[in-house]
Amino acid sequence: MEIKVALVGNPNVGKTSVFNTLTGLNQKTGNYPGITVDRKTGYSKIHDTLKVRIIDLPGIYSIQPSSKDEEVVLETLFDGSNKYFPDVVVVVAEVENLKRNLLLFTQIKDLGFPAILAINMADQLPVKGIRIDREVLSEKLRTEVVLISTRTGEGISELKEAISRFAGADTKPLFDLVSVDEGYFRAMDYKSWLSRSQGAVFEGILPMEDELSDGDIKRLQQKETVKRYQQIGEILKSAYTKDASKATGWQARADRLLTHRVWGYLIFFSIMLLVFQAIFSWSAIPMDWIDEKFAQLSAWVSVALPEGKFTELLAEGVVPGIGGVVIFIPQIAILFMFIALLEESGYMSRVVFLMDKVMRPFGLSGKSVVPLISGVACAIPAIMSARNIENSRERLITMLVTPFATCSARIPVYVIIISLVIPEQTVFGFIGLQGLVMTLMYFLGFLAALSGAWLLKKLIMTTAKSYLIIEMPPYRQPQVRNVFSTVIEKTRAFVEGAGKIILALSVLLWFLGSHGPAATFGKAEEVVSGTFSGKNLSEEELQDEIAGYKLRNSYIGLLGSGIEPVFRPLGYDWKISIAVLTSFAAREVFVGNLATLYNIGSQGEEEVRIVERMAQEKRPDGTKMFDLATGISLLLFYAFAMQCISTVAIMRRETNSWKWTLIQIVFMTGLAYISAMAAYNLLK
Amino acid sequence: MKLHELEPGQKAVVRHLDMDRLPMKLVEMGCYPGSEVELILKAPLGDPYYLRIDGMPLCIRKDMAMQVEVELLTYGIHGN
Repeated sequence: MEIKVALVGNPNVGKTSVFNTLTGLNQKTGNYPGITVDRKTGYSKIHDTLKVRIIDLPGIYSIQPSSKDEEVVLETLFDGSNKYFPDVVVVVAEVENLKRNLLLFTQIKDLGFPAILAINMADQLPVKGIRIDREVLSEKLRTEVVLISTRTGEGISELKEAISRFAGADTKPLFDLVSVDEGYFRAMDYKSWLSRSQGAVFEGILPMEDELSDGDIKRLQQKETVKRYQQIGEILKSAYTKDASKATGWQARADRLLTHRVWGYLIFFSIMLLVFQAIFSWSAIPMDWIDEKFAQLSAWVSVALPEGKFTELLAEGVVPGIGGVVIFIPQIAILFMFIALLEESGYMSRVVFLMDKVMRPFGLSGKSVVPLISGVACAIPAIMSARNIENSRERLITMLVTPFATCSARIPVYVIIISLVIPEQTVFGFIGLQGLVMTLMYFLGFLAALSGAWLLKKLIMTTAKSYLIIEMPPYRQPQVRNVFSTVIEKTRAFVEGAGKIILALSVLLWFLGSHGPAATFGKAEEVVSGTFSGKNLSEEELQDEIAGYKLRNSYIGLLGSGIEPVFRPLGYDWKISIAVLTSFAAREVFVGNLATLYNIGSQGEEEVRIVERMAQEKRPDGTKMFDLATGISLLLFYAFAMQCISTVAIMRRETNSWKWTLIQIVFMTGLAYISAMAAYNLLK
Repeated sequence: MKLHELEPGQKAVVRHLDMDRLPMKLVEMGCYPGSEVELILKAPLGDPYYLRIDGMPLCIRKDMAMQVEVELLTYGIHGN
């Protein structure tokens, strides 16, 4: 038998840890970072005859939606035909904020689900001086209560047993709506009330027609919530005690330090600086190693396999293309590790607290800091993390400017361009110049985001009131398992998602690059031999000339010459133009595609590393292709341009508007073009 | 007095919320007439406020705190 179990709970209760513990690594998520962060699913075997599909829903405080995340949960739990509609709901709570966790629990129970209350972080009970009387709580809530700790593993098998007993669970509502307003609620159950207060149709329940105004509804909701809290308070009186003398002083001291008016900001900026430096310097050794191995692999393939089109495709198209993705695994992994650490430790909320007032003049909220920082990893989950921003204008502006944050897909481009055009020196004796430029690129991303936000604030009018409510979770030591699984999940998604695009593009590029019109491409040998007859070229030089002629006259060469005029003012030749154009699918294909373009027709036996090959590339006049002017122009173009199909798709979905999606594309790409052109012409 | 007038370390009891200007979310986070509130810290630029409401740590902006009517608790007279 297979049943569906939904995990529901407040943010910061360790719901994801529970999910990881129950499913192990047997989980399924979207194939691109965060594309389905809505819901994660995985399987857990409870016993031989019972298999459970676990659905992890977004962390929420209440079933009455005031944010997008809450809407997702309500939709899942309200609609019996939803494919995630659960048979059992496990409400995950934690020992310290049990009271608030129970508000959500009573709402879930009133929806009529067999519900289990799993109170996490039970290992903290003695430390925090908290006592929970499980029997009493279970009796009063008419539910199974399990004390668990994902850190020590206690209670997990009990939780599984509780799930297996779901069929016998009590499903009667816990809270009596009539106590809120006797007349109004006499003939109404909780589902009808939610449908009325949300003004939406759920599972065929039409919103009731009545005379109540929005204000009346809100007053009823407030009264209901207060009554629920009073009922919970009564229950907890006999089931929950906290010894106030055990309050942890170090947490308060940490708060004072980390939100200090000088130290707070200094620590924040130092952490950011450390992250960006780490991405650049820690990854150097594994990256060189991967680069070398792929060059060897490519050379090996062209020698070991029988000569022919397929071998050429593998050696010149597929292997260099895939290598262009794999090489960035170390950096992506380091980046996601830091993001996971910042979130898991509770520090991210302090950053929101510290930055709210700073962000507001730009039309942003403190909560915008989270998307902007995680945008450094990937804009897709970052844009989705803007969901908990309550004010619609602040949320829209945040989503519009988040793609300016230097995402991991830009790293490949930056790394290779910086290593080509910025000399390997140190400034002030200890700061690497290349690392410094990398850090500057990150700041440039944030600067563009803030300026863009400021401009948008002037343009977008609003009447909705802006507010900020955010929980300040206690500092916790990050769980290695969670950090590790985030890093694995995100890195795998990056490789798989980008890998597919790159594989397809590199095959396409290779095909277009090794075929051409018969009149020119097909007669390459004759034409070139004719041109150079009597000039006494060696056989090798002649072969190089033929290869060059072929590439220029291949389909990709013709396409490149066609679009080259568009990019010429920025200093790009046709090969770079092709790489830039294909980057509009995803930025990270730039390096792989250049590698493919440079590899076509080259003598495959020699191992050539991507960087060296690019450094050798010359203009017709013999000067270096990748000089400072072109390099900076490329850096600026990639910093600003909207080059990511997945981000466009997610923007369309999250804003539900083509207008804003298009405005974003035009604004970002226009800015990219103009600034790259300006830089190239100034530095030329 | 209003919630924003508290000094760090002071405790008070919530008396009234101006629900025409405040979101339901605040109530759902435990702020309603009768709950105890303590101001822990103000952010370096004076805003937002870091509070403990009904035992649970929460951060809200000053303009929201201005809509919450509270009564100051004095140690030794009104209990803990």
